[in-house]
Amino acid sequence: MTGFIIYKAIMCVGVFVLLLASAAYATLWERKFAAFLQDRKGPSRAGWGGLLQPVADGVKMFMKEEIIPNVSNRSLFILGPCLFMVTAVVTSSVVPWAKPVTIGGQVYDLQITDINIGVIYLLGVASIGVYGIMIGGWASNNKFALLGAVRASSQMISYEIPMGIALIALIISSGGSLSLKDIVNGQDAGFANIVWQPLGFLIFFICALAETNRAPFDLPECETELVGGYHTEYSSMKLGLFLFAEYINMFISSAVLATLYFGGYNFPFAQEVYASLGLVEGSVMISLIGFGVLLAKIFGFICLFMWIRWTLPRFRYDQLMNLGWKTLLPLSLFNLALTVVVEFFRGNIHF
Amino acid sequence: MLGYTITQWLFGTLSLMAIMFALMMVFTRSPVNSALYLIMTFFCISGHYLLLNAQFLAIVQIVVYAGAIMVLFLYIIMLMNLNADEEPRKHVVTRAIAGLIGGMLLFVMVGALKGAEQLQIVQGGSSQIGLVKNLGKVLFSEFLFPFEIASILLLAALVGAIMIGKRDTNINVK
Repeated sequence: MTGFIIYKAIMCVGVFVLLLASAAYATLWERKFAAFLQDRKGPSRAGWGGLLQPVADGVKMFMKEEIIPNVSNRSLFILGPCLFMVTAVVTSSVVPWAKPVTIGGQVYDLQITDINIGVIYLLGVASIGVYGIMIGGWASNNKFALLGAVRASSQMISYEIPMGIALIALIISSGGSLSLKDIVNGQDAGFANIVWQPLGFLIFFICALAETNRAPFDLPECETELVGGYHTEYSSMKLGLFLFAEYINMFISSAVLATLYFGGYNFPFAQEVYASLGLVEGSVMISLIGFGVLLAKIFGFICLFMWIRWTLPRFRYDQLMNLGWKTLLPLSLFNLALTVVVEFFRGNIHF
Repeated sequence: MLGYTITQWLFGTLSLMAIMFALMMVFTRSPVNSALYLIMTFFCISGHYLLLNAQFLAIVQIVVYAGAIMVLFLYIIMLMNLNADEEPRKHVVTRAIAGLIGGMLLFVMVGALKGAEQLQIVQGGSSQIGLVKNLGKVLFSEFLFPFEIASILLLAALVGAIMIGKRDTNINVK
């Protein structure tokens, strides 16, 4: 029992540190990547080639003066960014990071918890994520903040629906399990789910962009119309939490995309590679390789997110809503119907 | 710990929190705080579902009630900018009647629960019935007809909501 608690505690702390570190360096990578696309150098002064830039940013955020407006609702004003950060982090608890390790005859899953409703849990946490923005925007007692919060939350609610339907189609074609571990293991030997769900992947990816409030869907913070959107009144580390949580969300969305559609820690010809290296099932080396592969996939998706942000212009608000309700929703329903027909002919559905 | 198991501790804590948040939801003056306390109550109740090994019900409670319905509630409250000081004071007679009816409801519930401790708990089916696989099987075989009827009811409500929304815009255009 004590051993179990220690192992889970190590997992939680490990994943938490991984999230914070990768999100911190994602901010640097975002600026470097933007600089590369715009033929600039990017941050290069702090540390070697700018490597200490996230530290400098963090110190700056903490040192700034903390302002809480007099007219705001003080407790809710503080609760908003905390809630946003918490919901960003807890999503990571169902992501399987690597193959189970066997140490001393004991099998350790490299996943915080394998609940058999993992996929719905992801949707649930995504829908709870709206509260941080809404509460923060409303408690600021500022018209721009309120409008930004309303925009953000209506955008997130709208895009949750096609996302959910795309997930249903994915579950049908991946064997009917809601556990993320089962979905990953189902892609172990055969094809990754992207092969059977190309349209579903596209819908899910667009929805993930919208859910993380990334460009071209970053309408909640729109300098020309809404100043800073829902975080107009925030300063110091509370603003930092809002901005930082966006990068954590991006990292986890990439992890979920890689897990659901691209095989997670599996890669093509994994068994052959392991066999030729002489590795046995459950060894630490296999887990490390799998973890590295997953991180590479996540990095690829993060680059894709950034590439889109620095390439495409943003939507207008009515275009955003039209895309969500009039394009993605019918498309995801069509994808669901198509999946059922295809799976029936593949023999995975019985009546 | 004090002779209780972990499950009993969790049950006690969750129940206490659920009752506390429910009371705060009723007694707080500000509508936004009231809605937030209601959301906390939903979380406590879904904790109870988890204790009963009904994981699907727990997460659906969060997705549907806390994640969708309460977001819309909060939305309306925030946009209408309802505040504690704008709440209309009810007439004395109205409040007296409300108190009377509430008291009668309490009476009925206490009466219904009286003697409940003597009842034998009938363990129907396995403890795994709340898991999504078993629940889905039961829902789509044994309870297929009520399930479909409920979905038609939801569809009717959906169409009704759209009709009401549409009628308003037509009037405005004229």
